[in-house]
Amino acid sequence: MPDSPDAITEFEARIAAGETIEPKDWMPDRYRKQLIRMMSQHAHSEVVGMLPEGNWITRAPTLRRKMGLLAKVQDEAGHGLYIYCGTETLGVGRAELVDQLLTGKAKYSSIFNYPTLTWADIGAIGWFVDGAAIVNQTMLAKASYGPYARAMVRICKEENFHKRQGYEIMATLAAGTPEQKRMAQDAVNRWWWPSLMMFGPSDKDSPNSAELTRWGVKRKGNDELRQRFVNLTVAQAVAIDLKLPDPELRPDPATGDWHFGPIDWDEFSRVVHGDGPLNRERLAARRQAHSDGEWVREAASAYAAKHTAAAAPAAA
Amino acid sequence: MADDGTPAPSDGQWPLWEVFVQPPRGEPFEHAGSVHAVDAESALQNARDVYTRRGEAVNIWVVPTAAITASTPADSGPFFDPGNDKPYRHPQFYSVPRGVRV
Ligand SMILES: [Fe+2]
Ligand SMILES: [Fe+2]
Repeated sequence: MPDSPDAITEFEARIAAGETIEPKDWMPDRYRKQLIRMMSQHAHSEVVGMLPEGNWITRAPTLRRKMGLLAKVQDEAGHGLYIYCGTETLGVGRAELVDQLLTGKAKYSSIFNYPTLTWADIGAIGWFVDGAAIVNQTMLAKASYGPYARAMVRICKEENFHKRQGYEIMATLAAGTPEQKRMAQDAVNRWWWPSLMMFGPSDKDSPNSAELTRWGVKRKGNDELRQRFVNLTVAQAVAIDLKLPDPELRPDPATGDWHFGPIDWDEFSRVVHGDGPLNRERLAARRQAHSDGEWVREAASAYAAKHTAAAAPAAA
Repeated sequence: MADDGTPAPSDGQWPLWEVFVQPPRGEPFEHAGSVHAVDAESALQNARDVYTRRGEAVNIWVVPTAAITASTPADSGPFFDPGNDKPYRHPQFYSVPRGVRV
């Protein structure tokens, strides 16, 4: 069926009625394209997101921390796989998606282009980055596209552990020696603003937002989600005596929200367009990991071919 | 298709398998997602690693995606129609004397 006005009207009526759109349902070409873009970026972010933390697995300070971090990073790999498989239902191949990441054609969340300089950064990532991801993904769990929404439900169940392990790291450091507390505060100072940028530009400056909202992929605006994250986080920072690095942060009695200062969108745009601290290194690490895995893929294919050949005479 | 019903990879991509998992307390199998794998045995292992990291399942099925026959959304109206116009299949269709709990 072509994208006739009637078909689009019927499609939008289904979304308005709260129905989910499933892989074999008719959908506007533009809906499919937007979802492939958004879902694959999300999957790539899960995969690249393993790198800043993977960096600290061998240097975790205790066995307990190491087990926790290892499990978290493994979850992120799983998140990538849930969303890749959801994206494939839209008619795009896995190999093509991986290729888009490795050639630098596809984007992923800019937050992962910042370095993890100390152990406290692992705490800050779990607390802020996974905390922000929870706010965003809870909204996406109601997305109009069934496979995406279901992947989000699965992911949301796992994210609370990520956030709590991060917050526990920060709380422990903040209650530790003066040097440990300084380290925690330094990580907060560096990760706070990039975490707020994770929600994307203000809706009025976000080219894709209107369309995604109209089609029920996004149920809330970027600014609303960002505000929700700030409101949730302030009390958590106060509880462990760490300061969010924003002199303008204050309660706004009119709205009941925490007012926060302006975000440096020039920095955001620099990092998105490839000039973040580690853009090149992240991609190089992904390419290396992919080519290092080549022998595993070859061995598995050879094993399967051998077994198919062995089974062939019986089947004939 | 290979002899065992596994779809052959077309683009160097391993075949796709749909994963169904059964939760621990006797609920029916539920679709969890999919995995790529060279054969059924490794599909099962991948499915375990991807979809059951926290004791979510006591059983897993993997099925070649190509082996699934599905209803077509475009025909879903007429296809499900036989079940839609039979209110007498529901208890509310039948009236009972006032005040009696049935
Ligand atoms: Fe994740
Ligand atoms: Fe996470």
